[in-house]
Amino acid sequence: MAGESMRDVMIEARRPPNAHRGVVKWLQRNLFNGPINSVVSVITIGVLLWALWPFVQWALIQADWLGDSRQACSGEGACWVFISARFESIIYGFYPEAARWRVDIVFALMAGLLAWLAIPRIPGKRWAAIIAVIGFPIAAYVLLLGGHFGLMHVSTRNWGGLMLTLTVATIGIVGSLPIGIILALGRRSNMPLVRAVSVVFIEFWRGVPLITVLFMASVMLPLFVPTEVEFDKLLRALVGIMLFWSAYMAEVIRGGLQAIPSGQDEAGKALGLGYWHRMGLIVLPQALKLVIPGIVNTFIALFKDTSLVLIIGLFDLLAIIRAGLTDSDWLGFATEGYVFAALVFWVFCFSMSRYSQYIEKRLQTGHTN
Amino acid sequence: MSRSPSGDRVALWRNPTFRAYVLQGVLLAALVALIGFIVANTMANLEARGISTGFGFLDERAGFSIPQTLIEYSGDSTYGRTFIVGLLNTLLVSALGIVVATIIGFAVGIARLSPNWLLARLAGAYVEIFRNIPLLVQILFWYFAVLQALPSPRQSLSLLEIVFINVRGLVIPDPQPLSGFAATPWALLVGIVAAIALGVYAKRRQLRTGKALPIYWLGAGLIIGTPLVVFLITGAPLEWSIPELKGFNFSGGVRVLPELVALWLALSIYTAAFIAEIVRSGIQSVPEGQVEAANALSLPGGITLRKVVIPQAMRVIVPQLTSQYLNLIKNSSLATAIGYPDLVAVFSGTTLNQTGQAIEIVAMTMAVYLVISLVVSALMNVYNARTLLKER
Repeated sequence: MAGESMRDVMIEARRPPNAHRGVVKWLQRNLFNGPINSVVSVITIGVLLWALWPFVQWALIQADWLGDSRQACSGEGACWVFISARFESIIYGFYPEAARWRVDIVFALMAGLLAWLAIPRIPGKRWAAIIAVIGFPIAAYVLLLGGHFGLMHVSTRNWGGLMLTLTVATIGIVGSLPIGIILALGRRSNMPLVRAVSVVFIEFWRGVPLITVLFMASVMLPLFVPTEVEFDKLLRALVGIMLFWSAYMAEVIRGGLQAIPSGQDEAGKALGLGYWHRMGLIVLPQALKLVIPGIVNTFIALFKDTSLVLIIGLFDLLAIIRAGLTDSDWLGFATEGYVFAALVFWVFCFSMSRYSQYIEKRLQTGHTN
Repeated sequence: MSRSPSGDRVALWRNPTFRAYVLQGVLLAALVALIGFIVANTMANLEARGISTGFGFLDERAGFSIPQTLIEYSGDSTYGRTFIVGLLNTLLVSALGIVVATIIGFAVGIARLSPNWLLARLAGAYVEIFRNIPLLVQILFWYFAVLQALPSPRQSLSLLEIVFINVRGLVIPDPQPLSGFAATPWALLVGIVAAIALGVYAKRRQLRTGKALPIYWLGAGLIIGTPLVVFLITGAPLEWSIPELKGFNFSGGVRVLPELVALWLALSIYTAAFIAEIVRSGIQSVPEGQVEAANALSLPGGITLRKVVIPQAMRVIVPQLTSQYLNLIKNSSLATAIGYPDLVAVFSGTTLNQTGQAIEIVAMTMAVYLVISLVVSALMNVYNARTLLKER
């Protein structure tokens, strides 16, 4: 009988021989397999130590962290006191101290909504989306600007710091996506005038730098409206940013629309669905899903470019730090200031790009052999 | 008169053609109304503020100085001249940035595919760090944190006592052509033409006889050798003005503005991170089977790379690379944040503040960038059409 010659207990897997595992083997395989690679590794390690160690020493080991004035700094390493002493204004700008709890609530709401939307395990995405698109903007508007329900009015001139950066980024993102979808659909329309208008609009904004758009928004927009209409500086910048990025968004979405086989649309027609039903229920859900990475990349670019509002005189995170550097009590801390600004932007952008990679993997519902 | 497939008459407002006309009519009317509204308001506003219109200001005296001018310029020059000066400065920093960004980008992109774990990770870290920090922060960092922290001219850092860098910028040797130098550039041109002609001939010869010429070495020899020989025959008519410290400043040499150095560094390093990703994805897009097939034909490694991998990778790389170059040119407008006299800083900044003619000036500035973008896109389309996969 075969049964006797067969084992019914699996042999436990044996560990590879010592010569084929462990740190030494790993090093040998990845860093020192051959003379050229060994030289490259040694040089790389040398460069890393030469460049990184002084930086670590400066930024962490010899740095001074807390205090009220520059006297708290020994001058050996980084003086993070420059940041910690003005941390409040870096976050809130010139927002009145008594009303800062309102900003905190908006931050908390935003973090909660983002978590709700971003973590796949939490149910009720539809509700989250509705709240994010309708409820949250209203709540944020009422809380930040004030003037209703007994809240003190805070003019946008006093907005600044991280709070302004996030406001500009959020409104830019929320505004440019729907305009981008409309433009992308317009560019693929078979009505010649609609198509022409979309193409000209998209190519125009994509052909000019954002700075000139912001210049245009700040110096030309006031000329375009009747004299009695007062255009808020922040609003002008937002209009420019939204128009500019909606063109980029449109091109990303158009890429997705082109990837959907025309059979999908034709099947919708065969079922007697109208244009908006076909687009909204059949084509767009598939197209948008395809281009989520592209959309997030556009979000990242938009987020980075919010720093440009500094040039037209708004006090975003970067501008607040730059203004702090011209304070005569704090001259000479440019490195600390800009390294901190870079770190804040980097954390936001890097986490967005990581999330986009994660989503891309999750949405791979097709079969890969 | 339209009918449904079953022959019944369809209400006019359900007819797609009719609805398309109505929609476009409404769109047209809205556009015309919007433009009319804007024009009317602008006219009224300009009149109320006493701002003149038209391009007459271009012939007026500018009266301000610009720290870096590639063509002759003084305070007595016209606003039209400031436009040209700014445009040339934009093109200068863009060209410099494109060259260095391409070099760093290709190096980092190839390093990311290196079998050396450490080198690949280091290149990956470079990409993740620099593409996730706003360019403006990087420009300000290089300018205020690095270049402004450099020593004064008397304590300049130097490279071989030829190139000096200090808080006022970079001082490099300046070539001074003497009489008779003019022959060398012509020789260079002749060398290039000869190399191209040789290339065409070598290709025909190879098609005919199957024998290849060492075209790369011959071409390089023609392009470098011809001008070198002419240069030496004419008696090396070139002198270098080496910078020297005299008192508190340098005499001789060319001074490169610190603003230009900062902008150049930031643009190159930032754009290189994107180029590296493009190069990596381009090389990875070539299917492994292509290399294996080349190996099966026993092609040597160099030819496999040159004739099989690179041409196919380039098809993916070049279009994206061009769009990065365009981004770099557009991003060079951030110069205005540190005061490098580019088109936006000089023209949309100073000139606009002095004349107040916002519409003309912003429109001219935008037109420059638009023209550059459209020309490059047109060239790109030609390239794409030429390198398109020939499907039979």
